[in-house]
Amino acid sequence: MAVTIDSSQTTLSNEEILRYSRHLIMPEVTMEGQKKLKAARVLCVGTGGLGSPLALYLAAAGVGTLGLVDFDVVDYTNLQRQVLHSTADVGRLKLDSAIDKLKALNPFVEIKRFDTYLNSQNALEIIKDFDIVADGTDNFATRYLVNDACVLSGKPNVYASIFRFEGQASIFGAEDGPCYRCLYPEAPPPGLVPSCAEGGVLGVLPGLLGVMQATEVIKLILGVGEPLIGRLVLVDALAMRFREMHIRKNPECPVCGAHPTVTELIDYNQFCGVRGEESEATTSTKIPEIPVEEFKRRLDSGEDIYVLDVREPHEYQICNIHGHLIPLGDLPKRVHELDSSLEIVVHCKSGARSAKAVDFLRQSGFKRVTNLTGGILAWADRIDTSLPKY
Amino acid sequence: MPIKVLIPTPLRSYAGKQAVVEVAAQTVGEALSHLVAQFPDLRKHLFSEDGKLRSFVNVYLNDEDIRYLNKDATPVKETDTISIVPSVAGGR
Repeated sequence: MAVTIDSSQTTLSNEEILRYSRHLIMPEVTMEGQKKLKAARVLCVGTGGLGSPLALYLAAAGVGTLGLVDFDVVDYTNLQRQVLHSTADVGRLKLDSAIDKLKALNPFVEIKRFDTYLNSQNALEIIKDFDIVADGTDNFATRYLVNDACVLSGKPNVYASIFRFEGQASIFGAEDGPCYRCLYPEAPPPGLVPSCAEGGVLGVLPGLLGVMQATEVIKLILGVGEPLIGRLVLVDALAMRFREMHIRKNPECPVCGAHPTVTELIDYNQFCGVRGEESEATTSTKIPEIPVEEFKRRLDSGEDIYVLDVREPHEYQICNIHGHLIPLGDLPKRVHELDSSLEIVVHCKSGARSAKAVDFLRQSGFKRVTNLTGGILAWADRIDTSLPKY
Repeated sequence: MPIKVLIPTPLRSYAGKQAVVEVAAQTVGEALSHLVAQFPDLRKHLFSEDGKLRSFVNVYLNDEDIRYLNKDATPVKETDTISIVPSVAGGR
């Protein structure tokens, strides 16, 4: 199945012919195919882990128009995997960094920049000028937004997602094909599936998946090979095993089914149960908190405080403030190790997991337990700058 | 007969860090019951309070989604593999 691209008015200069010669001599591409690539307009949502290799390879292949959507700024911790950006770009808008590199690679590509947060008010308007959308985003709300917007607009959505060293890839929203909601009708509740910052990610993984996405985009444009429509590829990079699951179009899908109930974009943060997604995740009940300065003051004054660290052992190895380590996942089993008559201050990396721990302990009857706001990162920032941050 | 259940990365910490667990079962439902009996921490990640499979977790018998087979009642044989595939989004 191919996407209909009108390349009847497209021409290739002698320079372009030379540039793409390795494509042109293949029967799967030829001049005809290369013109389709040039006439194609692909929207890349996200220019991070997945977006980096995706955009680079689409530009290299000669996709004529690339739309880039990203409002984020390059962070030092991105460089472990977001290869479109460099050390000198830290602090710059990812979009600006991306455009510089893509133009340097292939000046023939026209780049449309969308320095914005994709949302229900702008998604349909943005997508309408593109033939294919490639989703390289990092949160469930946007994935459902992109999915619904693509189905409503009749555009295929080339999807990939990653976690630690495993990835998934497929194509949603193709004619007669399933959509993301056919696969997962609902998002997990927030906090159940860790993000890269909490779970970590093998830097090479989005590289692998992003190029798979670029491959599928190109196959759709050229109308060659067997695209991943109705197929979910699962990649386990540690075992280097690729498995495939059959995805069926759900006839009762609320978006792409026979009787759709979702006919316009909704509030996706609400759909995914997110409240103020970007802020520190705290539990819904107010828990006692203590800022790092107050904590230091109390420790220095000789107060008997039991410091509980709920991070993982490998995090403790990176840096610690000599707390007693009980990883959050082990807390229910090891709660008997704690003395509820003591004053307990709980910390983790940034204050999210420790908030959950405090909530759990209070529900278990502990009355003198407090969360260290901002976690060990805040301590490293404001109290002991010799501690490494991670 | 023992069949393999493949545990996805996000759930391995609740399954004794294992990637593959063998259980004896005649149906997919039985296999999952035995799995959560062996690893009780897995239960809330796979099932909601009323015992239904969570909608952001898919279960496949070999390469077919059990929703389109016979759900829990789908029979299994020794050479089969059950895969649990949760929804992931990466990020930051």
